[in-house]
Amino acid sequence: MSWIDIGALNDIPLRGARRVKTPLGCIAVFRTDEAEVFATANACPHKGGPLSEGIVHGRKVTCPLHNWVFDLETGEAQGADEGRIATYPLRVEGGRLLLDPAVLGRRAA
Amino acid sequence: MTNRLVIIGAGMASGRVIEHLHETDPGGWDITLFNAEARGNYNRIMLSPVLSGEKTYDDIVTHDDAWYAERHITCRFGEHVTAIDRTRKVVTGQNGEVAYDKLLIATGSAPFIIPIEGRDLPGVITYRDLDDTNAMIAAAAKGGKAVVIGGGLLGLEAAAGLSSRGMDVTVLHLVGHLMERQLDETAGYLLKKDLERRGITVKTGASTAAILGKDRAEAVLLQDKSVLGADLVVLAVGIRPETRLATDAGLDVARGIEVSAQMVTSDPDILAVGECVELDGQLFGLVAPLYDQAKVAAATLMGQGAAFVNRETATKLKVTGCDLFSAGDFADGDDREDIVFRDPARGVYKRLVLQGDRLIGAVMYGDTADGGWFHGLIKDGADVSEMRDTLIFGPAFQGGRALDPMAAVAALPADAEICGCNGVCKGRITRAIEGGADTLDDVRAQTKASSSCGTCTGLVEQLLAVTLGDAFDMDTPKPICACTDLTHEDVRRLIKAQELKSQPAVWQELGWTTPNGCHVCRPAINFYLLADWPVEYQDDPQSRFVNERNHANIQKDGTYSVVPRMWGGLTSATELRAIADAAEKYDVPTVKVTGGQRIDLLGVRKEDLPAMWADLGKAGLVSGHAYSKGLRTVKTCVGTDHCRFGTQDSTGLGVKLEQRLWGSWTPHKVKMAVSGCPRNCAEATCKDVGIVCVDSGYEIGVGGAAGMDLRLTEPLVKVETEAEAMEYTVAFVQLYRENARYLDRPYKWIARVGLDWVRDRLADAAERRRLVAAFDLSQTIYQKDPWAERADEDAARAFAPLADLTLEAAE
Ligand code: SRM
Ligand SMILES: Cc1cc2nc3c(=O)[nH]c(=O)nc-3n(C[C@H](O)[C@H](O)[C@H](O)COP(=O)(O)OP(=O)(O)OC[C@H]3O[C@@H](n4cnc5c(N)ncnc54)[C@H](O)[C@@H]3O)c2cc1C
Ligand code: SF4
Ligand code: FES
Repeated sequence: MSWIDIGALNDIPLRGARRVKTPLGCIAVFRTDEAEVFATANACPHKGGPLSEGIVHGRKVTCPLHNWVFDLETGEAQGADEGRIATYPLRVEGGRLLLDPAVLGRRAA
Repeated sequence: MTNRLVIIGAGMASGRVIEHLHETDPGGWDITLFNAEARGNYNRIMLSPVLSGEKTYDDIVTHDDAWYAERHITCRFGEHVTAIDRTRKVVTGQNGEVAYDKLLIATGSAPFIIPIEGRDLPGVITYRDLDDTNAMIAAAAKGGKAVVIGGGLLGLEAAAGLSSRGMDVTVLHLVGHLMERQLDETAGYLLKKDLERRGITVKTGASTAAILGKDRAEAVLLQDKSVLGADLVVLAVGIRPETRLATDAGLDVARGIEVSAQMVTSDPDILAVGECVELDGQLFGLVAPLYDQAKVAAATLMGQGAAFVNRETATKLKVTGCDLFSAGDFADGDDREDIVFRDPARGVYKRLVLQGDRLIGAVMYGDTADGGWFHGLIKDGADVSEMRDTLIFGPAFQGGRALDPMAAVAALPADAEICGCNGVCKGRITRAIEGGADTLDDVRAQTKASSSCGTCTGLVEQLLAVTLGDAFDMDTPKPICACTDLTHEDVRRLIKAQELKSQPAVWQELGWTTPNGCHVCRPAINFYLLADWPVEYQDDPQSRFVNERNHANIQKDGTYSVVPRMWGGLTSATELRAIADAAEKYDVPTVKVTGGQRIDLLGVRKEDLPAMWADLGKAGLVSGHAYSKGLRTVKTCVGTDHCRFGTQDSTGLGVKLEQRLWGSWTPHKVKMAVSGCPRNCAEATCKDVGIVCVDSGYEIGVGGAAGMDLRLTEPLVKVETEAEAMEYTVAFVQLYRENARYLDRPYKWIARVGLDWVRDRLADAAERRRLVAAFDLSQTIYQKDPWAERADEDAARAFAPLADLTLEAAE
């Protein structure tokens, strides 16, 4: 199964995010630098806040509802808060964003 | 028997291949060398010094005619190769065929031409070879204006060269900072500053729409409709590997000609080197890796085993006075640690990026002496844990000097205004200190600095500390966040005094200890910049909280609430019908009357927002900014229109105030009310600005609140006319906007500066006029309905999910 093209890198503002709908729930796609992106679950483990709407700083995002901060690489909540968000393989190729098909519940061949 | 080797392209990479072949196996090859350019190999990277006049073409020739003759190379210069026939193993040049045993493609790359109108006009030049350089030199001899499109390495070298030849040069760069592939924002900012100091105009975030002109280029049109006159246009937006021959010959070509680590293409008799190749998905644009490739290609030709390994390359810019260095990967991240050193006084910025115990990236500006040493550590993957603490000071310095929290103040020029209230500059304060004023009170008495609103106290104390050293004991106030030692007030004063107009300017000139701030300081700095420089600064949505980015209030379930403005609490049947229709059309679960005299549509899906706004907009409804740090509502009562006690037209004044002030950004939200008489049915006495009408005029109170704190307004002034009431209100809001800390409501700010100070400022008619003018200027930019601006297809796309994969069946 090949990687899924979900759009162009430039569809995401620098230090911003977009969301992608999947059968298993929404995924947040972050752009932390000119050509650096991450994909994680969109829902905050605290009370479900949409992480794609948070402020992106470094390789972290701050949840818009109650300011929990997550590391986008490991998915771990930072500081005193405890929780983890799922992270998904995502890569940039020729300006396109390619997502691991595992997000659809199937494995990359 | 000698082998026939045909080489296409006499550039920097193939030149090295020939050298290696001759060193090891002189006479082993019968070489035919084609070059489209009418000359042999020269040092292409030195074209920039030729352009600027520091060198001549003769200085940069690497292989002259004698060199080729000695090696019995058949030179076919000025001749394009037009085809490769792989079955017959011949190459076709413009003047005939040559047979090969081995073929080397080294065609380099071609400038990328953006597909815009006017790109073919005379006077539009790219920057790749000597002919381009000579054409620019000739154009510059006539003087006039040059526009360089592209703020990367090539564009900036072209710009500097043309500028030193006397042209009036503007650089247009699409993204937010120069050389974004090599530099981070701060280094990009310093570079821009240096170029501007040399008289080059730099416009970032500038998208070119077309090149205008009849018979030749005359001007450049930007996407924002502005037009720049241009006698010469240089296109330097990037390069594309020159792969046409290889593609036509049926070789494997991706972005570049695909080669193995031995530099062999998909045809075992054809090799390729240089910028035209792609290896493991990578392209090459600097000479260092090309020289390594050349060595490998020569070895392969001679039947020796060798493999190309890509190494980190470093970048420098060959523009005198712009001292920059970058190497490796410097994106920030959590598994990475940044070491940042800034010296605003010397314009120095250094940033090292560590991952674990290794240095993986470095960006430096202003002082790049240690660049080579850092580059070595990156290339070798050296363990730097031992010297981590002093690493940033370079190999020579192992004592470790502490970063100076006072650097920003020390760096201020003598004429920088420290005390805005009394117009006192740094020079006057330091003179007073040097003359014996060694306490804050002495300085206040002698210069008046910090004797009014007091927000510059921190800066004055720092000046005392800088001037007196340890002799002065400073009580350290709370900094904004961990990125800086400065308080909100210090930063606000310094943004004004040093005319800092971008976030990277603030980070650098005020010595931020992080590369680009955090979620605490970014929104505050964004606000300060747009409040002080509404015209020059561009709002950064990524430094805003979700509500202000999406222009709606986020709910606990991720949906949004939509509150249209109802001016002064007035509405009409048409508006109500539009709201009702929207509520039905978008399945709004809850419709509620707010405490602010208007209607809230709660539970709207994000993707429905732009369409809903478009529908509401048709009925004349605009955003109520129920989500912003800006003007929220102006509540009114029915006043003289209907009420038997009304003394003045409270409804009318409320509507006028709301129409004047809506859309303005403020440090925190601002709420107002106008009541028609002291019965105060609009609850004006608990608002940020509350006006109570009386027979003889208008009583204006400020600093009320009814949220977490309950405050009664305090009287600011009583005026006779409605016009005066408007003037004072606008001036008050502007004074608050110019001086308050981000996230301080007016009552908190007034508690800091004192109501007397506020009253004094507003009592001064000239100051009032200035404040009103400054407010109105800012409104020319920000008083736009954000909903109308987002009620189109583009916004709909941006608000919708990037992709919807729910329909992709799971197999
Ligand atoms: C909708 C509304 C309640 C209502 O149903 O009436 C409301 C709703 C919210 N208020 Fe309020 N406030 C509303 C009138 C008020 C009032 C009454 C008024 O304006 O007359 C007050 C007290 C007056 C005042 O502000 O001093 C009020 C004091 C607050 C505060 C405390 C502010 C403070 O400085 O102490 C907050 C928190 C904040 O802003 O930081 C707040 C914050 C909020 C937020 C925005 C919380 C948030 O960030 O999500 C609520 C959004 C709910 C939502 O999901 O949309 N709301 N809020 C009212 C909208 C008015 C409007 O038309 O714009
Ligand atoms: C102004 C400028 C400044 C630069 N500064 C630096 C720098 O500071 N540091 C750095 O590392 N790099 C720099 N570079 C980049 C560097 O010059 C290139 O990476 C290098 O020249 C590429 O070498 P090459 O042999 O692949 O291609 P080239 O040197 O471009 O040689 C390719 C040759 O092939 C010829 N050719 C193409 N097609 C055909 C054909 N069909 N038939 C016959 N001949 C053909 C071309 O005419 C050209 O002469 C700079 C480049 C420029 C233009
Ligand atoms: S009082 Fe305001 S902030 Fe609190 S729950 Fe009600 S609407 Fe929300
Ligand atoms: S839902 Fe994310 S912090 Fe509460």
